[in-house]
Amino acid sequence: MSKGEGIYPDDLKYTREHEWIAVNGAVGTVGITHYAQSELGDIVYVELPSVGSPVVAGEEFGTVESVKAVSEIFAPASGEVMEVNSALATKPETVNKDPYGEGWLLKIRLADPKEPGSLMTAADYRKYIEEESN
Amino acid sequence: MSPAAGPLKTTPLVRLFRDMGARLVEFAGWEMPVQFTSVIEEHRAVRTAAGLFDVSHMGEVEIRGPGALDLVQKVTCNDAARLRPGQAQYTALTTGTGTFVDDIIVCRRGQDDFLLVVNASNTGKDFGWIASHARGDVEVVDASARWAQLALQGPKSETILTPMAPAPLSPLRPFHFIETRLDGVQSIVARTGYTGEDGFEIYLAPEAAPALFTALLRQGRPQGLLPCGLGARDTLRLEACLPLYGNDIDETTTVLEAGLRRIVKLEKGPFIGAEALRREAEIGPTRRLIGFEMIDPGIPRHGYPIKVSGDNAGAVTSGTMGPTVGKSIGLAYVPAPAARVGTRFEVNIRGRDAAASVVPTPFYRRPH
Repeated sequence: MSKGEGIYPDDLKYTREHEWIAVNGAVGTVGITHYAQSELGDIVYVELPSVGSPVVAGEEFGTVESVKAVSEIFAPASGEVMEVNSALATKPETVNKDPYGEGWLLKIRLADPKEPGSLMTAADYRKYIEEESN
Repeated sequence: MSPAAGPLKTTPLVRLFRDMGARLVEFAGWEMPVQFTSVIEEHRAVRTAAGLFDVSHMGEVEIRGPGALDLVQKVTCNDAARLRPGQAQYTALTTGTGTFVDDIIVCRRGQDDFLLVVNASNTGKDFGWIASHARGDVEVVDASARWAQLALQGPKSETILTPMAPAPLSPLRPFHFIETRLDGVQSIVARTGYTGEDGFEIYLAPEAAPALFTALLRQGRPQGLLPCGLGARDTLRLEACLPLYGNDIDETTTVLEAGLRRIVKLEKGPFIGAEALRREAEIGPTRRLIGFEMIDPGIPRHGYPIKVSGDNAGAVTSGTMGPTVGKSIGLAYVPAPAARVGTRFEVNIRGRDAAASVVPTPFYRRPH
């Protein structure tokens, strides 16, 4: 992918490991970015934690696998898993097709709704991936 | 990219691939396309229509002279004396213990003229090995730089290639080749491949390769042909259970353990590794390369440990989500008693023991 071409919505926050989080009150919805899905290629398997399990900011909570590679996914914020996108079990390619919509991974009940505030903005993230791919 | 010693080698097509926007990666010291658009789309194109691969990184060793057949017979385990000019054979360069120096294709171009096609990662080693066993009137040449190789694979391959050849290709049977002109360019056209489909491997001068690649794409696109990378090549060969050197076979695995008894011709006369293979054939290999499917969720990957009846029993040698079979599949060596179809064992997927079962191979066989 040529960098900067991808779409990075302004209302999301981004991590250095290429996850995004959307905060709505005390609930954070988490997925991987357009850049991440494009770098991975065809996604064929997604492994997610079970509802109720704790996640810790910066720690691995699951994996996304393409035909060729396994990629760990890291929690953008701490909290408890409220819901996982179970549709991905049969249609993992949704993450490629719609990474910010139908391809979301999980919803977290945030321990501190202000925590994601320290993550990158869309502008920061665009700059970050441009530097990373150079 | 893994750090390589010095710059990566490139094939004559790399500039074209950069222009096409292919994703290039390091493979065996070469800069090669892993995918053009999508591994799965490319895989499906080969199963249903056709795919075009650049495999110019493969090595070529030429063996010529009155002593050529004797040398080929000495270093390989299959019987090259059975080849008439124009025939090719899958075989192995074997060590004294019956393990793989490499798995290769031998093409007999003339009575005393052989072309050995070897894995890119092994070219230097193979050439040195073969040359060190040459005795008498025989010439061994590493001709890798003089050959580019394109693989046209899939059920539409013959239809796509025929208009570029001076004569119909339908009489060309599997593991046969002809030396002919394609679009006016002198080529070796072999009915061989590494995908489980019908298809051709085309050997030609490197400087002629970009034009032929482009011409084949133009000819084939309307019929569904896609340019394909090494990603699809790997999923295709794994569904067809064709071993990959360095993953499934190497200098620690014997030809019999790999299930390739059919390429071991003990009656042909002495060859390197014959005695070891004869002894092993009598008692049977202690472990066997098997195909398995995951029962529990997860994708097996090269190197994941396996347990049979609770005991550590080695590791997965290849694994993927098979795009055509639609299942998580893999290859692994297991103790011979556990090699029966239906035997259950565990694959350790990043700390979790996941159930798998031995299944019949190949995972995919093309419809006739």
